[in-house]
Amino acid sequence: MSLAVLIPLFPLIGFLINGLGFRRVPKSLVGVIGSAAALASFACALSLFLNFSGQPEVVHIFDWITIGDFNISMSFQIDQLSLLMLLIITGVGSLIHIYSIGYMHHDEGFGKFFAFLNLFLFFMLLLVLGSNYVVMFIGWEGVGLCSYLLIGFWNKNTNYGNAARKAFIMNRIGDLGFLLGIFLIITHFGTVEYADVFSKVAEGGYESGDKTLMYITLLLFVGAMGKSAQIPLYTWLPDAMAGPTPVSALIHAATMVTAGIYMIIRSNVLYSLSPETLEVIGWVGTATALLAASIGLLQNDIKKVLAYSTVSQLGYMFMGLGVMAYSSSFFHVMTHAFFKALLFLGAGSVIHAMSDEQDIRSMGGLRKKLPITFITFLIATIAISGIPPFAGFFSKDEILAHVYEHNKLMWVLALAGSMMTSFYMFRLLFLTFFGEFRGTHEQEHHLHESPIAMTAPLMILAVLSAVGGFFNLPHIFGGHASLATFMEPLFAQSHIEAHAPNESTEKMLMIVSVIAALVSAAVAYVMYVSKKAVPEADGTETGLQKVVYNKYYIDELYDTVFVKPITALSNIFYSFVEFLVIDLIVEGIGKLVKGISGEARLVQNGTTGYYIFAMVISIAVMLIWGLRIFILG
Amino acid sequence: MSVLSLLIFLPIAFSVVILLLPENLKGYFKWITVGVTAVEFLLSIWVYLQFDQHTEGFQFLVQKDWITLPLGSLGVASIDYLIGVDGISMPMILLTGLVMFIGSISSFEIGQKEKAYYALYLLLTGSVIGCFVALDMFLFYLFFEFMLLPMYFLIGIWGGPRKEYASIKFFIYTLVGSLFILVVMIGLYLSAIDPVETALQTGLISELEQVTPNLISEIQRLLAEGRLPSEQLVHTFDLRFLPDPNNFLPESWLHIFSNISIGGMGLRSWAFIFLLIGFGIKLPAVPVHTWLPDAHVEAPTPVSVVLAGILLKIGGYGLLRIAYPIFPEAASELAFVIAIVGVISILYGAYNALAMNDLKKLIAYSSVSHMGFVLLGIASLTNEGINGAVFQMFSHGILSAMLFVLVGVLYSRTHDRRINSYQGLASKMPVYTALTAIAFFASLGLPAFSGFIGEFFTLIGGFNSLYFPKWITGLGVLGLVLGAGYFLWTLQRMFFGKYWSRYEESLLVDLNTREKIMLLPLAILALIFGIFPNLVFDVSNQAVNELMKLFV
Repeated sequence: MSLAVLIPLFPLIGFLINGLGFRRVPKSLVGVIGSAAALASFACALSLFLNFSGQPEVVHIFDWITIGDFNISMSFQIDQLSLLMLLIITGVGSLIHIYSIGYMHHDEGFGKFFAFLNLFLFFMLLLVLGSNYVVMFIGWEGVGLCSYLLIGFWNKNTNYGNAARKAFIMNRIGDLGFLLGIFLIITHFGTVEYADVFSKVAEGGYESGDKTLMYITLLLFVGAMGKSAQIPLYTWLPDAMAGPTPVSALIHAATMVTAGIYMIIRSNVLYSLSPETLEVIGWVGTATALLAASIGLLQNDIKKVLAYSTVSQLGYMFMGLGVMAYSSSFFHVMTHAFFKALLFLGAGSVIHAMSDEQDIRSMGGLRKKLPITFITFLIATIAISGIPPFAGFFSKDEILAHVYEHNKLMWVLALAGSMMTSFYMFRLLFLTFFGEFRGTHEQEHHLHESPIAMTAPLMILAVLSAVGGFFNLPHIFGGHASLATFMEPLFAQSHIEAHAPNESTEKMLMIVSVIAALVSAAVAYVMYVSKKAVPEADGTETGLQKVVYNKYYIDELYDTVFVKPITALSNIFYSFVEFLVIDLIVEGIGKLVKGISGEARLVQNGTTGYYIFAMVISIAVMLIWGLRIFILG
Repeated sequence: MSVLSLLIFLPIAFSVVILLLPENLKGYFKWITVGVTAVEFLLSIWVYLQFDQHTEGFQFLVQKDWITLPLGSLGVASIDYLIGVDGISMPMILLTGLVMFIGSISSFEIGQKEKAYYALYLLLTGSVIGCFVALDMFLFYLFFEFMLLPMYFLIGIWGGPRKEYASIKFFIYTLVGSLFILVVMIGLYLSAIDPVETALQTGLISELEQVTPNLISEIQRLLAEGRLPSEQLVHTFDLRFLPDPNNFLPESWLHIFSNISIGGMGLRSWAFIFLLIGFGIKLPAVPVHTWLPDAHVEAPTPVSVVLAGILLKIGGYGLLRIAYPIFPEAASELAFVIAIVGVISILYGAYNALAMNDLKKLIAYSSVSHMGFVLLGIASLTNEGINGAVFQMFSHGILSAMLFVLVGVLYSRTHDRRINSYQGLASKMPVYTALTAIAFFASLGLPAFSGFIGEFFTLIGGFNSLYFPKWITGLGVLGLVLGAGYFLWTLQRMFFGKYWSRYEESLLVDLNTREKIMLLPLAILALIFGIFPNLVFDVSNQAVNELMKLFV
């Protein structure tokens, strides 16, 4: 059996043990089993990666569905893209599993938590391993299920349940697009295997701008919008923070939400021939990056800030995809996985220390009590803000450079978003770790650094966030762009025109964006450290501030435009159409028959004379009918 | 006795046995029923295992002359006891075995008039199987009508407060539907002949063994030229001969070239529409579905299980077995309309489910929605769509049985199915919650469960169809979101949040062993068929291929 099969198998086994044995497996063993499953997958993935020949390999497992000539096989594809994704998922996943042993230790649903986490890994691995769109779709919906289960993990809280449901349904809306995209692929190409579809496109003489490809790519992108939280389907992600913090780190930052980017990179052959779609993707990404960053400026919940930051960073990745900088986007997926997972885990460590407090207005001065958390959080903040030499700088600047070549306006907007990113991240950092402690005495008394199971993953991720950029060090710094070179074969069929800016432009762009980030950070320092400003209590915002603080009222808008009309329509159908139209007709027919027969019954009144009368009339009628020719002449 | 005959007559025989047993043995009736349905289930599995996927046509054929009546110039009437299975009926028979068995365990809740109940239940089992194996339309019709009788009483006697209304509504609705079918059946009978029997009758051959394809075309040629004397024509209900237009009398009403038309439509189109109405009521398709919610709400749990699990499938099965093969040209002409009806059923059922406060009614409307996919798949006239429809029927049989058993669990504890009577049940009934969640997710089409496969392929079929535009299927896809909406909303309202209920906590105990015995296998089967859908497709493929040959 190929190693590839083992990779998703380990988490599946972990899920079965912890899931079926919930409350029976001893608590000390639960975390070990769950983490071991993730680590074993990581080991397999690493071994596959190290022994990778450079040639994509398809591992056939079984014929899943055969109808007529149409065949969907359950098979895995091992190539550059899936290998990298495997490493990120199992690597970051393992760290988060270990972290959860400490974080969730006191939870009564400990075993259930690990079971769901393993199940998530299983589906996520299926998603990236599948060698065709249908297997990807299975993983796609499967991670949606796990996301639902984990967001609503503390389902006794109704709001959390609502958040979970919102996430699932919004993702479902995106999934419909994906599904229709798959249907269109089947109709058009007669197969769903990546290799077959792409070679048909590459050899089929498709012109750039082909309408069918445009529809397919747009529909697939709708799926990506849902899973990767892009406008208009992004509102579920901030709400998804209802889940336990390790879940936010793993699912809603590092892995699942990047599935949309994975899908588009996977289908780059189709996208590269659909410039209209790429334009849409680029602008949706830009808008999302800006909108989410602006909301992030004013949020006071530590996880909400990070959530909007995730939405915004995902926007950057789509921006990169939109200008065909596929490997740059993927680079950002990777570095983002490191620093955003770190930020969430750090936030978790803070929340853990603060006895479940998430409002940064009640924090402050934590750097002394939580030194490891502070240092690692600082590294992550620098990394996400795009300050060299940490990971985020390299990946974001690569995207920005490509965007600059493509469209100057988009670049300006991206730079504005980047400034906001730096501001809200440093604001978060300063409010949480600097200044005086603003919480209650009880909380202050309780403050403590987290156990080693939690800090160890923080430290590892901090190292990765610091040096992650060197995986793809650009040529101007004497690097080899190793990641881009490694990924090159993936784009062989799509004939991407080189858009790399020349060196002097690249340097200029870098300097501009670094200055921008530093200025924002400095402004945040002045506001929140020097002036010790603390955001005001809820309800005191005015004007634009209020609109932004309330997330531009998008949730309310969706509620009015979609949810309420659908509910109203279903009530109309049920109370009006069903009873007053259909059943009234049905019963009307019944009553009519009853009424007619009730009248007809009276004919048979038992009077002999009446019957004779009727008989005579009838005979007369028959005679007249029979003799009508003679009568009428 | 052939295994198929055994499948039909074993339960009917035991139905009589139960009737004859004295009342003081009533404690045994349920065990007899469980035993008989268990044997039925095992037999159906055996048939499934013996079934050869690659053979064309019908297998396990049994043909016995039943009624042969010379009618002078109207020819000879021939009705056969003709049964057999193919890839379309095979999954249905397997499903019947399973659901009837689960239903019999669920029947333990019946606390009154056990003798009559179990006798009727077994009678129903036999007639349902009969319906799925009959290859003579008359025989089919006989079993089809025969099912009504036990169903009527099962709802009418053991049902809820409005049982009289519900049972009579069910009865009249279905009876009206079967009248439409009856009309077509008579028309077909008058129009078509059995070439083999006719050859015997005319003396072209003397023994059945002498039949060759050449001989049949010879007979058909003679028929077309009008050279066969009418008193020697053997009229038939044989569903194997009815799809062949060459077996139709040249001047008959339902002949392919018949140019009699009423209201601008040919008689054959009308005949097809009649069948569509008849089977559509059974399916049920909107707008002739309103008997279903009422019947479900009033029916006791096991009867709901059987009703949703199997009886609805006879609608889809009837279309595939009778309406489509015999009137292919009408089916393709009307594909657009049928697809629209399917999509309306999907959406309308889902919208209604969204508005429901009665859990059982919600599931009833979800059935309407899910059977809409069947109609859409069939209408598509594609391999994927029709295979998908067969699969969807099979899958819905498993899932709806599970859903109705789940409703029954709650009802048996509190006699209240209102969603807003409960909140946070997860903390009191964790196993029940887990199984409900599985059933809900499987029903809303989560991949890895059977529901996904059925919906996926009926939709692909619709999308690929040459007979109607893609936007129709595009609308149908919305049913998936609505499905997620009503199931998840219900899950949240009843099971999540803080615990609260109108009833005493002591009533809400978690599943007992009997309930687990019913629910766990269903959940596992939903998973198995979701992961290995070829278990059904391998069987149905060949038959659908043959059906599709009529549509080129």
